[in-house]
Order: sequence, then C-alpha cells, then structure tokens
Amino acid sequence: MEDLLNTPTAFRNDAYAKVTGIAKYADDITIPGMLHAVPIYSDYVYAELIAVDATEALKQPGVIAVYTARDVPGKVLFGQIIQDYQVLADKYIKTHGDVIALLVAETRVQAIAAIPFVRIEARELPAVLDPEVAMLPETPLLHPAHGSNICNEHCVRRGDITLGEQASDVVIEQTFKTQRIEHSYLEPESGIAYLRPDGVMEVMGSMQHPFSTRRFTANTLGLALNDVEVKTIPMGGGFGGKDDTAALVCARAALCAYLLKRPVKMTYTREWSMRESYKRHPYTLQYRMGLSQDGIIRFAKSRFVADGGAYCSVTPWVTWRSTVQCCGAYSVENVHNDTYGVYTNNIFSGAMRGFGSPQVNFAIEQLIEMAGEKLGLDELEIRRRNMVRQGSTTVTGQVLDTHVVSLQQAMDRVLAEIDYTNKRSQCSFGDPAQDEWYGIGMALSYRGMSLGAEGVDFNSAIISVQPDGSVLIETGIHENGQGSESAMILIAAEHLGIPKERIRYRMPSTSNIPDGGTTVASRGTILGGGAVVNAAKILKNILTTEIKTAKNIDVSSFRDSGLYDTNNELVMSWNDAIKLCYSRQQYPYAFGVFQAPKVSWDEHTGQGNAYFTWVYACQAVELKVNPKTRQVTVLNIVAAHEVGKAINPDMVKGQIYGGLATAVGYALLEDCKSENGKIVPTNFHNYRIARATDLPEMTAILIENHDPQSPSGAKGVGEPTLELLAPAIANAVYRATGKRFYTLPIRIEL
Amino acid sequence: MIITVNNKEHQISENQLETKLSLWLRDDLGLTGVKIGCDIGVCGTCTVLVDLAPLRSCKVLLKNAIGKSILTIEGLTPADGSLHPLQQAFIDAGAIQCGFCTPGMVLTAFALLAINPQPTRQQVRTAIKGNLCRCTGYQQIIDAVMLGAQRMSKQ
Repeated sequence: MEDLLNTPTAFRNDAYAKVTGIAKYADDITIPGMLHAVPIYSDYVYAELIAVDATEALKQPGVIAVYTARDVPGKVLFGQIIQDYQVLADKYIKTHGDVIALLVAETRVQAIAAIPFVRIEARELPAVLDPEVAMLPETPLLHPAHGSNICNEHCVRRGDITLGEQASDVVIEQTFKTQRIEHSYLEPESGIAYLRPDGVMEVMGSMQHPFSTRRFTANTLGLALNDVEVKTIPMGGGFGGKDDTAALVCARAALCAYLLKRPVKMTYTREWSMRESYKRHPYTLQYRMGLSQDGIIRFAKSRFVADGGAYCSVTPWVTWRSTVQCCGAYSVENVHNDTYGVYTNNIFSGAMRGFGSPQVNFAIEQLIEMAGEKLGLDELEIRRRNMVRQGSTTVTGQVLDTHVVSLQQAMDRVLAEIDYTNKRSQCSFGDPAQDEWYGIGMALSYRGMSLGAEGVDFNSAIISVQPDGSVLIETGIHENGQGSESAMILIAAEHLGIPKERIRYRMPSTSNIPDGGTTVASRGTILGGGAVVNAAKILKNILTTEIKTAKNIDVSSFRDSGLYDTNNELVMSWNDAIKLCYSRQQYPYAFGVFQAPKVSWDEHTGQGNAYFTWVYACQAVELKVNPKTRQVTVLNIVAAHEVGKAINPDMVKGQIYGGLATAVGYALLEDCKSENGKIVPTNFHNYRIARATDLPEMTAILIENHDPQSPSGAKGVGEPTLELLAPAIANAVYRATGKRFYTLPIRIEL
Repeated sequence: MIITVNNKEHQISENQLETKLSLWLRDDLGLTGVKIGCDIGVCGTCTVLVDLAPLRSCKVLLKNAIGKSILTIEGLTPADGSLHPLQQAFIDAGAIQCGFCTPGMVLTAFALLAINPQPTRQQVRTAIKGNLCRCTGYQQIIDAVMLGAQRMSKQ
C-alpha cells in the first residue's frame, strides 16, 4: 500500500516542539519568585467609579498588593488609533469588561480566592447599548474628549446615484444584520513580565503583536520603548483577537512586576477572556441597489453601522475596509456609502480575521442573487455580468491592472469541482413533499491586501550568515500559529539557493529588529516575505562583489548550495563563498526592507487606490436542512483562493480549512450575545464553535498568479478564507428552504 | 496511594486528593503539554489518557486517579527523542498550526487507534469531536490520523 502522503511537504520549524508538548506557551513558563496577578471586575456596565477598598483583600492569605489606576506610573489611557482604552478603570467604568483593579498574590489559587474581598463603590449611569441611539445628538457622550459617540465615519461617493436610479429597471432594498462573535483562540491570554538586572522590563506573552505590546507596556509604565523588550513565544491562536486586550494583559503583568520588583504572571481564565476581550463588530447594513434589465448594477446606496463598543481599538480601520469593499467583488459606477463606527457601552469590538468584510459580503452576496432573480437571471449569470475583471475599476476608482484578476478563474474552478450546475437542479426550495431539503450555494469575494491606506505598511528582515554557512533570519512578522516563520525560512532558502535545513529563525524580540507593524491584515507573508527577498538580494550582492573583487568572476545565480556563473558553471560552493567573505573581513549580513507600494485615499470622496494589490476567491457549499428540527447539516465545501504564490502549500490549505470552519460557525453556530451590556457566553459550553462533527470534508484549491508587486510573488490568505462562506451558506439555505435569511447566525424559522 | 504517570510512579498524599489532575500534572510534574483552554471539560486541550481512555484532566481529581496509569504527550514521545508514527503523521500532514490543541488531539487519536486501528474518516471525526481546534478546520488532523493509522499498521 502506498503511503497516503507520497512526499510529505508540510514544513514547520516548530512542529516537533508542538507535537511533543515541549513547546512552552506563556502559562507554561515559571520564573523563580514569580507572583500571580488577577483582574478585578465590577458588576457595572456604565458607572462613575467612587472608591476601591482593598482592605479586606489585603488581609487574605498570600495577597501582596491591589493596584488601581492611581498606581499607574505612566498613562492610564492607550489605543492604537484613539487613546481611549483604560489600562485600569479610572474615573468611569465604561463597559462590563473593564478591569477595576489588579490583585497580586503569591499563588494563583490565593489570588483568585481573594477576588471577592475587593469592594467597589460606584454610581450607576444609564448605559447606551444601541448604536443608533448612541448616534442621536441628545445622547450623552461616552468619551467627551472625542466630541461624538460616532467614533469614525467613512464614505464612498462615486458617480451619481440619482442617474443610476434613473437607469435602473429594478430596485431592491434590504437590511442585513450580523452578530458579535468571539475569536475563540484555544489559549486564553497570558502575560509574564520581570525587571531585568539592566533595568529593562522583559515581557513574554500570548499576544499577536510584540511591538503593539511594547507600546502598551511602555505607555503604562511611562518608559521609553527601549526600556521594554517583548519576546515571542509560541502562541495558542489569535485570529486578530490578541492585540489590544492581550497586549494589555502583558502590560498589566509588567505594571505589577515594575511596582513589586518581582516577576509576575497574569493568566486569564476563559471566563475573563470572554468577558473582557474584544469581539467581531456587529453590523447593520442597509442596501438599496438598482439594476437595468440587462442585469448590470446601475447604482448601490448603502449605510453601515458598526457597534464599536466602549473603546475605539481598530474600529476606524475595520469599518474602512467595509467602505472600500461596500459592493463586494462587483464593478458599480454609481455608489454612495456611509459607514459609521459607533461608541456604546457594549464590549468593545476590534480586529478579527476578516476585518470588516465578512459582514459586507454576507449582505452583498445575497443581494446580488436576489437582484438576479428579479431579472430572471440565475445566480451565476448575474455575477458574471457584474464581477470585477482584468482592468476593471473598483468602487473607489482603482483600476485592477497591476496583477492577474482571477475572480472568474476562482469561480470556474469551484463550480467545476463541486459540479454546481448539475446539483443546482436538485435543490429543494422548501418542497413540502420532501422530508429533507437540499441546497447548494456559492459566493465570491475580492479583498484588498495588507493594510492599504489604513496606515504605514513596511517591514524588515535580517539575514546573518554564520562562518560555517548556516543562516539566521528574522523579520518583523510574528508567528501567530499560522506558520510565518516557516514561510520566511522557505522564502530565504529559495532565494539563497540553500536547503531550508540550513536556516534557523532567530527568536524574535522587539529589541532585535525594527518595528514592522502588526502581524495583521494577512500581511505576514507578503510584507515579511518581501523583506526576506530584498535582504537576500543584498546578501547575494555582497557575495557577488567579494568574488568579483577576489577572483574576477561574475556570479549570476545561487542554487543547490552553490554560486554559478553565466555559463552555469559552478564558481564555488555556498560555504566557500561565506568563508571567502569572512576572510576578506566582510560580514555576509543583510538588512532588507519591503515598503508596500504607494496607496491613496481621499476621506471626503472615498476614492483612491485603496490597496496595492487584491486577492480573489470563490467558495461553494452543499447542505441539507431538516424541515422538522430546522437543523442545518453542511455536506461539502469547496474553496478556491488566489494566493499569488503558495510558499508552503500545506499551510496555505490549512489556512483555508481553518477559515472555512470558523465561517461555518459564523453562519450557523456562533452568537456572542450581550444582554444589558453583559456578554452572555462565559465559556465553550455556552459559546459553541464548530467541532469536527459539525464540518464536512473540505476541498481547497490554490490559484497561483505570482504578483509582480510582491517580491516573493505571494499574497495573503488568512483572512479571505473567512469572508465569504456565510453568504454561500445563506444562499444554499435559500435554495434548500425557499427562504432568505438576512440575519446572522442563520436560525431557520419557517 | 500511587498514580503512575508516563510509566513512573508518584506517591500521592492525603492533602492532594482534591487537586485537579490537570494542575498536578502541570504544576507539580512540569508536564505542560497538558494545556488549559477552558478548565471546565469542554475544549479537550487538557486531554490525557487514563488507562488508555482519553479524559479531560481538568475534570479528574487526583482521588479518582489513584492506582491508575496516566499517559501524557510527553510519555507518548519515545525516550530517544524520535517521534511516535502518529506524531510524525501530524507533522507530515500539516495538522499543526498554533499547536495548543495538538497534545490533546494526538492523545485522543492514539486512544482511537488503540481500539480501532483502521478507522474511517468519519470515525476519526467522531473520535475527535471533544477536542476543539480553531486553526485547522480539523481537515488535516483527520488526514494525519489516517496517515498515522496506515503507517502504524505497516509496522
């Protein structure tokens, strides 16, 4: 019998450690003399904080200290965009997840036991929980310094929607609502900090962004950035969710360590994590869309309201992506979009894999089918008539001509793989004669890569070749579990022409390499990989120059651990070239930078080249619905994604499968409900994410058109995988039941 | 009172009887391959084998483990530093991402293969349903268990 895997191709530099259990995550680390910190919450959603009385708590066994905002030596407020996020509640408790105080004890058991003894006195205020109410001019301001409960607004103004309306034969209007969901990384937040003998506060933790964590920590302690060193250790999942809150957990551990001059660990329980950590934004999306008889979309007017909760976090960036992608993967000439991120007293919303596009796609990918049906065009034809193609102009005026626009390719591959057209004819549409309803559905998406006009977008890499020819690399990208370090090793191996086994990824630290921004927006491979390629170019140039000077030979290629001339003759081995370098007192050391190509954005018109490149995807799903129990069973999923170039194909597929699984949860299972401002789910027993038995077999199709603007050829894949299955499921549910569902999660009511 | 962990016997004292097995393994024995994801017996990251049955160690008190034999991920790994074929299969099939579910997942799969050496994909799916994973969608984990089963049957 043949091995199921003829040639194992999956590569991870951390696989051995993870499969043997020797990988040390934050809570696995102990430091002699280490204390344990725990958060103190209140029962309030919105209140004026009057007093915190720790007298009784401090008498409890093992309790060392209780700290409040008054003990913060630096600034109490921080944030990536607007500094409104409280390290510890200061004068006001603004949401139920606010931490009022930190309690430190000798053991974690002692710390948890003492929590009830901290007394909090506060004057309750009327909470504002509905974003539409929050936006009313008479509603009191949650952050008076901001001057409005509207955290941010974005718009798109393209063409003239009045003209579009006049050109339309059919107009449809629909409102869609999407829910709040929890990232559900399996490892709860944890941070560990200690003051080093050289006075530097060293921090390790379960966080996505070491540089973001460093900023939070330095701000809290009132220190310079170089006074804090954040080191990377294995992290048990992030999905966008281990930024602000996780960084703050680290900063709080550092605060206690700083004040007590002892190592402090702060590990969250699942209950604290669910209560306090930010979620995916719930959206209300109102659409009015018109089409002419030929099926062309003539205008789209939309208004999106995102509940940002009590703090800004990255709401302006999340909602900006919604704005840019407000018409999904379709060309529309007349567009009018208004998007609002709104402050309420709810749990705050922030980054989550997908980042503002899953909500929009849920709406637009149903709307397009509804429009087609009104015009007598099937769901494939209506898409074909409007989808972006090579040279199309996006709704923000960007011409898609710098890369291969492979949307049609993705769609064709998926439809063929799942046998869409044949299966389409078997759909039940709620046929009362059938005791089990079958449906198939699909969706398209496109996605701007990396940060776009959200912010500065550059990254660096260091390649340092050791005297024996072995290589150390590092980048400003963080290993979140996705395999970024492995991808960087593979890119370096390819460009240096040496085996990946000769390359080690150096343990990253904020003190080693420049701030590369956050590992978000599916930008790891494209930005970090680009920097590795550019560093490799510099390194190869060093070697080529030395050989030219020493031997007057021109090296033209690096492969198979050797350097070759233009005639493909071996000039010298890699090892000999490195030896030559050292003997000539030249370090084979390179620092490479990749700066994302220029993007542009006009905030007033919502026009510009929003992202330097785009990816395209199609996903399709088969499912059945039990008319009696209303149970939906997903039978099959096929997904095709443009990835530019698959650096580590098994890991790319893993990204797709994982995104699909979370998207099944988004569509059918997950709902992080809030009642009176308090998050209802507390743990995985009442917050249900997809189990193996909730999922079908999945097929991942990789479409590779190397992107000329990406030095490695690769684009991102993490987020696109999670942005379009919910509407595909909604469309399949429609063809199973004959009913459309405009609210997530889909609850079948017949 | 003795609990055997990875073939090594440990004496348990009276005052330890109400301790959670998960915390004892992590804090007292340093076996941090046992992960704490939910601490209420739902996520499966703390899975260990108790007399070869996969149990959530956060739901087991030491008093209920007396006289039993516990296997953790550290005990599955051969002493010479090589890998059990099932562990190797997890690597080769690309079943590892963040790795937090991996120890529990491998142990649950190991227990399945001990009683059903040639499972179907659906049987694997059912066996691992008590082990949550947010990264992989389980697809490559199932691939890994099938690959491991195949390789183990050849040995």
